Amino acid sequence: MALDQKTVARVAMLARIKVTEADLPGLATELSGILGWIEQLQAVDTSDVEPMTSVADLTLPMREDVVTVAAQRDAILANGPEANESFFTVPKVVE
Amino acid sequence: MTDILDLSLAAARRALADRSLSAVELVGAYAKRVEATRGLNAFITETLDHAVEAAKTADQELASGDAKPLTGVPIGIKDLFCTKGVQTTAGSAILKGFIPPYESTVTERLAAAGAISLGKLNLDEFAMGSSNITSHYGPVKSPWTRAGDDRPLVPGGSSGGSAAAVAARAVLAATGTDTGGSIRQPAAFTGIAGIKPTYGRCSRWGIVAFASSLDQAGAMARDVQDCAILLQAMAGHDPKDSTSAPLPVPDWSAALTGDIRGLKVGVPKEYRVDGTNPEILALWDQGLAWARDAGAEIVEVSLPHTQYALATYYIVAPAEASSNLARYDGVRFGQRVPGKTLDEMYENTRGAGFGAEVRRRILIGTYTLSAGYYDAYYLKAQKVRALIARDFREAFQQVDVLLTPTAPTAAFALGEKMDDPIAMYLNDVFTVPASLAGLPAMSIPAGLSSDQLPLGLHLIGRPFDEATVLRCAHVLERAAGFTARPQGY
Amino acid sequence: MTQLIEGRTGSWEVVIGLEVHAQVISNAKLFSGAPTAFGAEPNEQVSLVDAAMPGMLPVINRVCVEQAVKTGLGLEAEINLVSVFDRKNYFYADLPAGYQISQYQQPIVGKGRLLIDLPDGSQREIGITRLHLEQDAGKSMHDQHPVLSYIDLNRAGIALMEIVSEPDLRSSEEAAAYLKKLRSILRYLGTCDGNMEEGSMRCDANVSVRRPGDPFGTRCEIKNVNSIRYVAQAIDYEARRQIEVIETGGTIDQETRLFDAGRGITRTMRSKEHAHDYRYFPDPDLLPLVLDPAMVARIKAEMPELPDQRRQRYVQEFGLSAYDAGVLVGEKETAVYYETVARGRDPKVAANWVTTDLFGLLNKTGRTIADPPITAEQLGGLLDLIADGTISGKIAKDVFLILAEEGGDARSIVEARGLKQVTDTGAIDAAIDAVLAANADKVAEYRSGKDKLFGFFVGQVMKATGGKANPAALNELLKTRLQG
Ligand SMILES: [Mg+2]
Ligand SMILES: [Zn+2]
Repeated sequence: MALDQKTVARVAMLARIKVTEADLPGLATELSGILGWIEQLQAVDTSDVEPMTSVADLTLPMREDVVTVAAQRDAILANGPEANESFFTVPKVVE
Repeated sequence: MTDILDLSLAAARRALADRSLSAVELVGAYAKRVEATRGLNAFITETLDHAVEAAKTADQELASGDAKPLTGVPIGIKDLFCTKGVQTTAGSAILKGFIPPYESTVTERLAAAGAISLGKLNLDEFAMGSSNITSHYGPVKSPWTRAGDDRPLVPGGSSGGSAAAVAARAVLAATGTDTGGSIRQPAAFTGIAGIKPTYGRCSRWGIVAFASSLDQAGAMARDVQDCAILLQAMAGHDPKDSTSAPLPVPDWSAALTGDIRGLKVGVPKEYRVDGTNPEILALWDQGLAWARDAGAEIVEVSLPHTQYALATYYIVAPAEASSNLARYDGVRFGQRVPGKTLDEMYENTRGAGFGAEVRRRILIGTYTLSAGYYDAYYLKAQKVRALIARDFREAFQQVDVLLTPTAPTAAFALGEKMDDPIAMYLNDVFTVPASLAGLPAMSIPAGLSSDQLPLGLHLIGRPFDEATVLRCAHVLERAAGFTARPQGY
Repeated sequence: MTQLIEGRTGSWEVVIGLEVHAQVISNAKLFSGAPTAFGAEPNEQVSLVDAAMPGMLPVINRVCVEQAVKTGLGLEAEINLVSVFDRKNYFYADLPAGYQISQYQQPIVGKGRLLIDLPDGSQREIGITRLHLEQDAGKSMHDQHPVLSYIDLNRAGIALMEIVSEPDLRSSEEAAAYLKKLRSILRYLGTCDGNMEEGSMRCDANVSVRRPGDPFGTRCEIKNVNSIRYVAQAIDYEARRQIEVIETGGTIDQETRLFDAGRGITRTMRSKEHAHDYRYFPDPDLLPLVLDPAMVARIKAEMPELPDQRRQRYVQEFGLSAYDAGVLVGEKETAVYYETVARGRDPKVAANWVTTDLFGLLNKTGRTIADPPITAEQLGGLLDLIADGTISGKIAKDVFLILAEEGGDARSIVEARGLKQVTDTGAIDAAIDAVLAANADKVAEYRSGKDKLFGFFVGQVMKATGGKANPAALNELLKTRLQG
């Protein structure tokens, strides 16, 4: 499956990773190579196979409805770039 | 007395217990060694001052008889485990300066067992790689070099810092994580032992996630017994991880009986692929001979879907990674590169913060999950994965353990294989199938290549049967008698 | 029941489907141990999991699962014993992990139904497509700083039930009736407090228009409307807008729109312009959710009576009209109030007092049934005095108002103020004597056939006794005396 540059740019937008125009052709070739290689899976007959979502042979454990977390605003915000004393911040969003 | 650094973890523990060695001496010797081996770039963050202080407390505990299983034992922590108050980077620029306000379950258990961390070990960025060249903090050099060739070699990856530090005797043991071979392949490249336990054996809580359905923490050390001791302290059920197995942890040291008589050792016939390095094939045959000599029965088995394991892995892992790494967005932790709008800030931050391999995998993962492609890639891969797991289940009805090589080659030089991602991915051809099936697997040093580099043998066990893997590995390790040391170190 | 909208080129039918996000009542969040209480200081109720710190993992809250099952049963829906949590991937400032844990192809609750109550007392069935569990996002504040938006993660990770209706609604009134009924059911169940002002119930409306009989038109989704009245306003505006666009030769773009309550209009949501591709896949941090059938059976056995069942009981057991019963069961508090009043008393009399006198008083005083000026016990005491003949219905109206103003209990008020009804025939006879004597001409008229005058005599005697004469006794005595 060959990826064109437009598709690579769209995927980069979905992933929110800046890719320069100059990087697009190289990336398109590289990603096409990898996709071409994984294409080999299409040869496997999986018509009666359930997809495997986890190797863990368990069902979902549940916890009790108990508050276990105390207020810890300082610790939560401590690593935030440009956080103030109460909030994380981002460039202003216009809805 | 022998050099302190020559003591294995087990021997050092005995010396500490009988007070013939103090923790301050032991940790001090390793702290010096860490400084002496800085050229390897094995550490991203050293915590030597803290370690030396901790050693004093350890000595008090040892003196008062309050010692715990690892009291005073100096170890290293792969910088993928979040450590409270100590920078945790995952080898990425995007997490530079991140100081977690929490401690991962595995490292907390190790600390509770008395282990002393000398620092955070280098790795491929977000554990994506098989060579340790993708770390933002620079490549790790293997302490090994080829005979008559001074070019630096890769230690393997992604737990390359852990492997190099153990091999260079800068730590007694180290934690690693393994998603597709990231403990076992670097262990093989650096002549040490490494075990990835069953998925669910060690808690993933507090480990920076790469591919959640595959990631598993494990132990790297000089020999099988040391791995058993370290893993014992790391493993166990954790209610904070929904995929953690609610099972008791057996006494793995006690499993090392030295006796594998009657054990059925399987040889997957499909692993004998054309073009495999003859040295690797010879070592494999040697390993089978050792097992037979020790009384095991060798049985050929078939894993028909194993040839699709790598392609399956390179769909599943990048897909999960593309989602797991979405949280590195410059808002709550790590680095931010400004932008005029929110999306611009995201794109700038992630564009600058991720290296080429991480970017490649996020893009592949984003693409394979996107509308119109999910069924053809991700869903297909999860189905093939089910077939691979079924192959193993069927094989384990005939045998108790599988024996294969760990890696298709010995370590390569920095700069080799760098421009072709697929050639790099092929490093994991023997390790990835067990990862996809969530099985316990271990690499042990078993021989040397013609240019005097370590080669590893690889054992795969039934789910939660680490004991058999360790027992068999222990016997093969004795038979191999691997004593080579890296030349430069 | 279809209500058509007249456009310039003919009539149009509006088609509405609602997606309601109902906050689950629980102490802790869906996947973390942080508290859920409303009104905390910003970022004070945030766990490491909620902030999506590296390496953090979700563990599900059992009560949230049980609440979803309970709600599913309340909507007469299929409970799926195996369901799957997926990741819905998108980037937004208040979505810390870059994905929302939600349920996509295998929700915990499947198809169900809800009966909406129409103004004429009839009901109409609206299909429920599904109910799934998911995490709430945080809150962005855009008006606190000139160039920054502020992010508060207190709400991030709180359990939501997304309840999706079929596109079965045909007017804004029906949409409002749907929301009222759903809110009523959720409150009866105790699974969501239904408080739209605090955001614990939010509504997205999918609106399209078509010519009657045509296939569905292109729909627009109006996001996060926070009151029932606004939902109705937004739908009416949006339907008109779409009709206008089509009638002037345009086409409707499928898009997400915002309701601007200040201007009463909907507009394109700028931040949602990006083409979305949510890349759903099963969350590898979570295993399939498998419900124990015994747990579902236990919840089923413990289900409270729901509004429709209660309404039916009021009609069958109490003989109330369907309308009155509907009014009484709409809010759980009203029904509880009513039943306290009605217990051991005449249920019809009780219903009359609650729906007329009490509701009138609530209206006048601006109080709510949760905080009424007269308690159900006080009102019950008052009705007892009527029933045992201590006071007349007329006096009771006065006592009701005194109770509302001054509190206390009806019996003491009646005694203290001497409002007790006169049943002593001697005293009534004396009053009749006086009235007949003073109105001899009217007595004559009555006796010559002017029956209507009876009411005049009753009034006069009542007046003479200060309104306290027992009406039945008075009637009896008066009739005998007038017959002469
Ligand atoms: Mg929705
Ligand atoms: Zn939703």
